[in-house]
Amino acid sequence: MAITREEVLHVARLARLELTDDEVERLIGELSAILEAVSKVSELDLSDVPPTSHPLALVNSWGEDEPRPSIGLDEVFANAPAREGDLFEVPPSG
Amino acid sequence: MTIDTLRLSVEDALGLLERRETSAAELHRAYLDAVAERDGELHCYLRTVDVADGEGVPIALKDVISTRGVETTAGSKILAGYVPVFDATVAARCRRAGLPLLGKTNTDEFAMGSSTENSAYGPTHNPWDPTRVPGGSGGGTAAAVTAGLAPWGLGSDTGGSIKQPSALCGNVGLRPTYGTVSRFGVVAFASSLDQVGPVARNVRDCARLYSIVAGRDPCDSTTVDVPEVVLPRGERLDGLRIGVPREMNEAEGIEPGVAAAVQRAIELATELGAEVGECELPRSVEYGLACYYLVAPAEASSNLARYDGVRYGLRAGADGYYEMVERTRDAGFGDEPKRRIMLGTYALSAGYYDAYYGQAQKVRTLIAREHAAAFERFDVLVSPTSPTVAFELGAKSADPLAMYLSDLLTIPSCMAGLPGLNVPCGLSDGLPVGLQLIGPQLSENTLFRTGHALERALGFDPVPERLR
Repeated sequence: MAITREEVLHVARLARLELTDDEVERLIGELSAILEAVSKVSELDLSDVPPTSHPLALVNSWGEDEPRPSIGLDEVFANAPAREGDLFEVPPSG
Repeated sequence: MTIDTLRLSVEDALGLLERRETSAAELHRAYLDAVAERDGELHCYLRTVDVADGEGVPIALKDVISTRGVETTAGSKILAGYVPVFDATVAARCRRAGLPLLGKTNTDEFAMGSSTENSAYGPTHNPWDPTRVPGGSGGGTAAAVTAGLAPWGLGSDTGGSIKQPSALCGNVGLRPTYGTVSRFGVVAFASSLDQVGPVARNVRDCARLYSIVAGRDPCDSTTVDVPEVVLPRGERLDGLRIGVPREMNEAEGIEPGVAAAVQRAIELATELGAEVGECELPRSVEYGLACYYLVAPAEASSNLARYDGVRYGLRAGADGYYEMVERTRDAGFGDEPKRRIMLGTYALSAGYYDAYYGQAQKVRTLIAREHAAAFERFDVLVSPTSPTVAFELGAKSADPLAMYLSDLLTIPSCMAGLPGLNVPCGLSDGLPVGLQLIGPQLSENTLFRTGHALERALGFDPVPERLR
């Protein structure tokens, strides 16, 4: 199961990772080897087996709908790289 | 008074505090002194806390656990300088129980790894032999407990990150049943697998810490009510049915010295009155690793999407928004998180989802069913925790697949949400061997009882020979 250079670049774009050329080269080899190993799951015929997304059979874990104090705005922004008023500041997306 | 942190159990420490033979501050100081003496070589801690806040036995927390006012990085550069404004529920529970924080311990970046070499802040070394790894991802907590730099600590386990380092460092680590310990405020890796759990020098201390942190949390809707924790006392195992899964004890790659130590522990269990029989988990072992390395990276790729340079953490300079996000993530993540984000994003992408992620979720069902069938006949399943003893630093860091195999035996039960306890069961080549005890969901008390009786009978000395 080999992954192509184009696929690595496509996936990197989906994952919003700007990879260097060296990283792209290395990932082609590493991901191909890992994908070959994990493709083992396709050996099994599991058409009748339901998927498990979660190890516990929990249904509707409700909490009381009661208001309680939240953290303040200064705490919300305490780790922000850039703040403008009550907003997180980011470069333009245009 | 002089406190020998290498030998002091939490139970003993509680006695000293109760009789006022020492104070919480003095105890805290004794561990920090040990850190000053030995952590230059071992690098268990990413940072320590100077002042004892609490009147109890101090604790080390893995750096994936948010601590209010204390930097929390998850071993990643992308969170360098991040100081949480709130406590994780487990940190709050420790605080409420009066356990002063000793510090934050080293971890593979975002808990992704089996050697702690993936930490962006440098590796931790094994106290038994500093040329070897302590296991991972929770190598910092495990090595700290073994080296007398903490009496106990919390780790987090996704596919073996508590049990495997405990095995390689020779102490007791519990990966609890999924849902028994809150994940609120714990840096997320793979949410359907992540579990916080205790590490200590003996089973009773481990059970005590579990009783402090376990329980339903309104802030984590995946948590459940937990049966009352019973501190184990008994020395016999009469009536206990122990299953030995053939594939997990004969898997390729298990070192002969590891197999021999585990075999002796199984014979000892028979002498203590347990009924031992063979069983099978064929698909769990054969397909477990492949299943894990699809499910965990898929969930990780989603969880790690939050590191975008907007609200906290690193931000790389750029003129445009998307450029900023992509540069931030390239500069902030190390090789292993990038690999897993890429693998997970691929496995979830259009055209591949059913073949990879969907199929892995079905394998997960098979693994759960196989374990459930084994637990119709047995109370506890045993195997080595790790196929090997601690390996040399650098031995597997260039080969991701070889590193992933370290978790071959810990992964299957994690996929099924089952609890697992590592108990040291001897030495091979002068390095600790770990025995893995697996039980059905919510069977922690049975694991504690089994582990305690075996621990007493084995008489393993948890202090590394070079530190005695």
